[in-house]
Amino acid sequence: MTSRLEISRNGLWSNNVALVQLLGLCPLLAVTSTVVNGVGLGIATLITLLLSNTIVSLIRGFVRNEVRLPVFVLIIASVVTIIELTMQAMFYDLYLVLGIFIPLIVTNCAIIGRAEGFASRNPVGPAALDGLMMGFGFLVVLALLGGMREIIGFGTLFANAELMFGEGAQSLKLEINPDYSGFLLAVLPPGAFFGLAILIAAKNWLDLRPQEKTEIVAPAPESA
Amino acid sequence: MIAINRRQILLSGVFLSLFAVVGTTLVALTEYSTSAAIAENERQVLLRNLYALLPRDQLDNDIATDTLELPASTLLGTDDVSTVYRARMLGEPVAAIFNSVAPNGYNGKIHLLVGVYIDGRLAGVRVVKHAETPGLGDAVEVRKSPWINDFAGKALDNPSQERWLVKRDGGDFDQFTGATITPRAVVAAVRNTLLYYQQNADMIFY
Repeated sequence: MTSRLEISRNGLWSNNVALVQLLGLCPLLAVTSTVVNGVGLGIATLITLLLSNTIVSLIRGFVRNEVRLPVFVLIIASVVTIIELTMQAMFYDLYLVLGIFIPLIVTNCAIIGRAEGFASRNPVGPAALDGLMMGFGFLVVLALLGGMREIIGFGTLFANAELMFGEGAQSLKLEINPDYSGFLLAVLPPGAFFGLAILIAAKNWLDLRPQEKTEIVAPAPESA
Repeated sequence: MIAINRRQILLSGVFLSLFAVVGTTLVALTEYSTSAAIAENERQVLLRNLYALLPRDQLDNDIATDTLELPASTLLGTDDVSTVYRARMLGEPVAAIFNSVAPNGYNGKIHLLVGVYIDGRLAGVRVVKHAETPGLGDAVEVRKSPWINDFAGKALDNPSQERWLVKRDGGDFDQFTGATITPRAVVAAVRNTLLYYQQNADMIFY
């Protein structure tokens, strides 16, 4: 059985949904023009993953093999619809921004992928943790990409935070440079692709670096 | 053998439909418990948009429900029925707020709310939905630029009808740097809405 640490590592880093599996890119690229949009979709995806993984794991004992995929799709679709309705009732302004991307979570292959690949073969605890960590890994990438594009594109950070956290959060907005006239490319779709490419490259670079170190350090214990 | 297969298929079918029933029930329950809050949110957003055009102290009726469905019209740019909101004070009509559409934006339709006082002056214009280029055409949003506020107080005779164009086309309205198509579309849509009002004023309030 996979350990908790390994599940967390997988979700957050070594098998990250957005940076390694490259799944769910359609909503990822489309909504990340600001941090708040990215985090909003990230939280919705995280909750979906957590719930769908938990439910799939709970029913894994008696779900009939030949209909398991339709059943998973049904579960995911129900969860997403419930989240969409709840969001409309509680965070209507944010819903107006993310509206069309929430139903798209259903088509995020990462969710059915985790249901089929992990949750349907593991007990509830690890399955829920896997959903949480995979969702969190996705959320972090959405937030990072949103932050990069917002700073470069608009020169602000956390604009429209009141959409998610209420009017009090309006003061969270940071004007990095008030005279900045904005860099349109970062906000337009190409900016999303460039930004994601930079993030993937940075991750790969970080992954490769320690390997070189260990090769050099490795002989040391033998000589000691 | 065939009998067993039939049994398996039947069992799977029953199993799947069981899940469909459970899933649908959960969604229906959520819909039932959230529908009131969602309707209220939609109403608040609508009122916020309407009051942005027409200060609250100029009307005393429930403008969100005092509405009329207008048939599709080329002047309003609509290809389906659209709602007009009617503001009244002490029972007397004050203004009408139209949902009109500029069909020829740079990236498709631009949806507008156009407020017209009973005498044909504009109370104001707001963009409610658009897909114009961020940083260029989206200056029609009041959050991005005060441009749209220029419409308040204008009418079909102020400026004269042939001046209802962006400056580049020889009219009175500013265009944006790098974006002429978007303001051109909005100016034309607002003028057409005023024309529509002129032709249909009687029908709208009574």
